[in-house]
Amino acid sequence: MAERASSQLLPEQAGAAGGLDATEAVSRTRLVARRFVRRRPAVAGLVSLALLFAVAYLGPFVIPWQYDQLDTNAFLSPPSAVHWFGTTQTGFDVFALTMRGLQKSLIVGLLGAVMSTALAAIVGAFSGYLGGTLNTVLLTIIDLLLVLPSFLIIAILSPLFRDHTWLVFVFLLAAFQWMVTARIVRGLTLSLKEREFVTAARFMGVPTWQIIARHILPNMASFLIIDATINVSSLILAEVGLSFFGFGVQPPDVSLGTLIGDNAGAALSYPWEFYFPSGFLVALILAINLVGDGLRDALDPNAVFQGRR
Amino acid sequence: MTQVNERASGADDSEPLLDVRDLSVSFASEAGVVSAVRSVSYRLRRGEVLGIVGESGSGKSVSSLAVMGLLPPHAKVSGSVRFNGEELLGRSDRELSAIRGSKISMVFQDPLSALTPVYTIGDQLAEAILVHQDVGKDAARRRVIELLTLVGIPNPEQRATAFPHEFSGGMRQRVMIAMVMANNPDVIIADEPTTALDVTIQAQILDVLQTARRATGASLILITHDLGVIAGVADRVAVMYAGKLVELGAVDDVFYRPRMPYTLGLLGSLPRLDDDERRPLTPIEGQPPSLVALPPGCPFVPRCPLRIAKCSEVEPTLDALPRSGAGHSAACHRSGEVEERGLTSSDVFGVTPTPTAPGASQPRAQRATMLEVRDLVKEYPLTKGALFRRRVGTVQAVSGVSFDIRAGETLALVGESGCGKTTTIMEILNLVQPTAGTIVVLGRDTARMSPAQRFAIRRDLQVVFQDPLASLDPRLPIGDILAEPLATHGASAEACTRRARELLELVGLRPEHANRYPAQFSGGQRQRVGIARALALEPKLLVLDEPVSALDVSIRAGVINLLERLKVELSLSYLFVAHDLSVVRHLADRVAVMYLGKIVELGDVGEVFRRPAHPYTQALLSAIPRPDPQIERRRRRIVLGGDPPSPADPPSGCRFRTRCPKYAQELDDEQRRRCVAELPPLEARTGSDDHVDACHYAAVVPVL
Repeated sequence: MAERASSQLLPEQAGAAGGLDATEAVSRTRLVARRFVRRRPAVAGLVSLALLFAVAYLGPFVIPWQYDQLDTNAFLSPPSAVHWFGTTQTGFDVFALTMRGLQKSLIVGLLGAVMSTALAAIVGAFSGYLGGTLNTVLLTIIDLLLVLPSFLIIAILSPLFRDHTWLVFVFLLAAFQWMVTARIVRGLTLSLKEREFVTAARFMGVPTWQIIARHILPNMASFLIIDATINVSSLILAEVGLSFFGFGVQPPDVSLGTLIGDNAGAALSYPWEFYFPSGFLVALILAINLVGDGLRDALDPNAVFQGRR
Repeated sequence: MTQVNERASGADDSEPLLDVRDLSVSFASEAGVVSAVRSVSYRLRRGEVLGIVGESGSGKSVSSLAVMGLLPPHAKVSGSVRFNGEELLGRSDRELSAIRGSKISMVFQDPLSALTPVYTIGDQLAEAILVHQDVGKDAARRRVIELLTLVGIPNPEQRATAFPHEFSGGMRQRVMIAMVMANNPDVIIADEPTTALDVTIQAQILDVLQTARRATGASLILITHDLGVIAGVADRVAVMYAGKLVELGAVDDVFYRPRMPYTLGLLGSLPRLDDDERRPLTPIEGQPPSLVALPPGCPFVPRCPLRIAKCSEVEPTLDALPRSGAGHSAACHRSGEVEERGLTSSDVFGVTPTPTAPGASQPRAQRATMLEVRDLVKEYPLTKGALFRRRVGTVQAVSGVSFDIRAGETLALVGESGCGKTTTIMEILNLVQPTAGTIVVLGRDTARMSPAQRFAIRRDLQVVFQDPLASLDPRLPIGDILAEPLATHGASAEACTRRARELLELVGLRPEHANRYPAQFSGGQRQRVGIARALALEPKLLVLDEPVSALDVSIRAGVINLLERLKVELSLSYLFVAHDLSVVRHLADRVAVMYLGKIVELGDVGEVFRRPAHPYTQALLSAIPRPDPQIERRRRRIVLGGDPPSPADPPSGCRFRTRCPKYAQELDDEQRRRCVAELPPLEARTGSDDHVDACHYAAVVPVL
């Protein structure tokens, strides 16, 4: 179609491959970023989350106290210039403890969420794509895990990993978190599997694992990102809940849960012991949920454009 | 189709029923303000049929939705719409509701989503009547039955109590038309009323629309992208491009004497059913402009071979053409010149001569067989129950199909939706043993293939899908998409990149575009990427699943020309599945017509189209609307009654007999018994060895 009889009419047009360059589309990442930024609460959440991270990891370097260091000159002292958040009955610095707890909660939440979403994605995608016996087996496992009371089981198992690293605890938390996501991933896979680009890859002879890794999972990335974000907050809450009752993170290590649990009784008499860790927990969960909401709205292609920029 | 042409000619002085002036619609979007409709003006006279043609995104639907006041609240509408002298724009939704449905009614494209699934058809129709008329429930009921009879629904009393999902697509569209007729409207707006339907059903619906128009005396605005439909039905035609009317005039003026280069190109780019020789198509290069931030000047400039400097500066207005018929106007600075010199589409857009294959001269029997399908059967189980699935029956989607493809040949598989053509090609592409019968690809039987052999055969057998947007992974840049088959079959990363660039050039795209994503391309360009991917491994046989039916008309011709060129350059063979017979006529060497899982006629494409022997082929050919008003007015359509039967319960004997006009009208009882009892075999009955059909009483009836 290069040699056209009419080209003498308009020779300079011969090379024009269409108006592609004139209508450069906005890239998807930029579009999502733009939509996200437009939502004030989401931005506020993201900023708070960044600040919490910074405080949790940089805070301990600023103050002279460590979380496991006693100040024998100050027992149960209220917040002051020396001990910003006051001290506990045994003389631990509450700021140092809270920062340590915050670090632990952030790590548990992030690590656990990544693990649970990854597991859900793999199980859901394979079960949906391959179907058959594998699907039946995996679905049975999912259903079984869904009816088990996770809190009770972790509580019962907690003596077993008392002497091991807290990572085991994260594994356990994640192991009870992925099932619902896996079912949704399976459903999404079933519909993606029928899409022509997957069929096309199959007719090219692309192996199954590669189809899942290249075509199926990336196409549900928005769902997985949102799911992981929401998982972070529910995992943090699960960890806090277990630690509150003494089944989670074990002393001498601390988490926000153990701090809140240990100091709940002091909420009225020595409020700094209780309200600082609780306040950070609330702020953290709120920030993550705001970011999750913002991401969901920004990634959802069906969100109506409001006309604001 | 008989009384179409009592045209309201020269009634310019009479008060127009609908007077649209300077109608503009814009939407705010992420990318900026989209000017969907820009200063559109037209008048609709009483009893007139106005056809609005345009490609997707040309603003044809939006302009009519604006007339109906059905646009979402964030649309900005300006201008004037007068109905019977009354202004409609700016009225409240409540006031408009009194007019909508009673004075102006609309038929939508998708009849399934236009009907509420939880109410019966009768209740929905009665509602439409009761809202606007002060009649009793019994009277409304009687009117419902009357309307359903009018639009040709069998057993209307009984069917009125049925739910929308119990109706087929064609029947639902009839119900929609009945609903539109319910209040005797003055204007009916039909927005792509037949696009979602098969051709034989389309012919029925166009007839029903004419009935509706005659019964109510309404004017009709018919919106479509199909020039063939317009040619047969419309009195006047409006052509839209980039939100603007670019040509307006009587149907004969626009079709025989188009004066705007876009209209010229549109008509020249259509493959024609009645071409004896392969007439090269004249594609319009490029793509429609984005409606965001349109540059000044004519929006067609980047694609127009006739453009001059003035075109990029001043946007031409829709001006009357002095030498043409009354009311013919075009929006082009050079339309006077086009008129004077009588330019045709090939003068303006130029012609690429159709290449011919070097091996084509060799007799068919001597060429190598690329694909051989013998008595292919594919069954699907019908199951019931959620927990314990039990088999309650079998659907035979394909029941005994045989054909072969020789080197350098294009075989087209045509038929309506549900006839089993897609199942057939999926069986071939899956490369596994079918329910029954054999598939031999490049000399290898799929039933006796090892996984390694199957993988090797995939190199030589590739596919191009219908919808290029669905068949390209939206998350991968096209360079990666093109590299995927290569990498899978063991090419190095460097070789992949080099080949990807080569392929892009081969299909007429720029190699620099390799790092762009599919969403950044237009439909036609995406389909070129799809074709490039299929060609990556240098296959010998390409399966084309409706490769152009999802594309806009002006882009279609370019892709068809590309497929023709590639076939010769790379000596490919095509298995081509389509429902559009004009494209088949253009692209195929041989054609197999399928009906309900069986081939009913097979032969050389020219022979089958000129001398169709099976009544179904004849009906199919006659149902295709052609973009030629005179032919459309003259000819008689063979309208098939009813819908295709379910493949779960096919009729005994000849499967076509339930809809066969020959069975219904020409045969006597003795002959009919044979149709009921005996399945007609596929054999040569017309004197030509290469032309077989499956009808006991086959007789050649030329319909073109």
